[in-house]
Amino acid sequence: MTLAEYRKRRGIDAAPPEHAAEREHVEKHPGALEYAQIGTILAVITGVEVGIYYMGVAHALLVIGLMVLSATKFSMVVLWFMHLKFDHRLFSSMFVLGFILALSIFTVVLATVGGKLV
Amino acid sequence: MTQAAATSHLETSTGLDNRKLLMWLFLGSECLFFGSLIAAYLLYRDRGTGPPCPSDCAFDGVQYEGLFDIPFTSVSAFVLLMSSVSMVLALAAIQRGNVRGMQIWLFTTATLGLLFISGQAFEFTEFNHEGLSLSTNLFGTTFFVLTGFHGAHVTIGVLILLSLFTVSLQGRIQQKDSLNVELAGLYWHFVDIVWIVIFTLIYLIQP
Repeated sequence: MTLAEYRKRRGIDAAPPEHAAEREHVEKHPGALEYAQIGTILAVITGVEVGIYYMGVAHALLVIGLMVLSATKFSMVVLWFMHLKFDHRLFSSMFVLGFILALSIFTVVLATVGGKLV
Repeated sequence: MTQAAATSHLETSTGLDNRKLLMWLFLGSECLFFGSLIAAYLLYRDRGTGPPCPSDCAFDGVQYEGLFDIPFTSVSAFVLLMSSVSMVLALAAIQRGNVRGMQIWLFTTATLGLLFISGQAFEFTEFNHEGLSLSTNLFGTTFFVLTGFHGAHVTIGVLILLSLFTVSLQGRIQQKDSLNVELAGLYWHFVDIVWIVIFTLIYLIQP
């Protein structure tokens, strides 16, 4: 059976509708102004990161500060620019699963083989 | 209608496009790939048997200056971050039906990507002049493998962006095709977030 015959038998239009979830997702996207604002925040955070690096703060404090700022930038790009904040949860699951697995391997390797971050 | 065009509009049980689902699955697997490379770098960077080192170090009582040039790398990180902004603006433009705007932002993104790759090529050359190669020490091996693979990803991203730009000049990308730009954007943003992590863990946090 061809696709056209299948569609005719099931009463589906010849011109199929767009994916409903996709259309809904696109409508929720922020506008150019909001993207520009997020870009500005990301640029400022990068500046702060470099500033902290040269401030000569205690090493442990430097590591914690940089990790927090980096995680903030990471989250902002993933949530707004990659639209996971507005998108279907299935997409988030795919990415978060990979990310958690990577983080687990990362932690286990460094903990067992003796690498150090600080 | 071609077979490719027909299948791209097939309804799915999830109501989601399979291509986008596949892209997210791919990006999830890429997290594992880069996570392993970063872990390997952190594990081996301090186990070098000799200079050069990422930061200031001493061997046999001789002090060696670190290789990393933080101001230069900060500019590179900023360039790649801004390319993510231009990429998302390209997507916003095509979703509003503004093909011209998309073309401008796509070209801007590709240009910023090329600028980043040029910076990386310059950095690699400088390091090589300082005596660091893939086989000099464990720092060299893990550093070049990690940043080299990231650079390769950026290069592929630039090629994808330039392909999209060329296709759009032929009038073959309209508002209804915005998913193509979105998929390229997802890949590009992923490359950017990997650099966000590399910039912090490899360049800014020194042992």
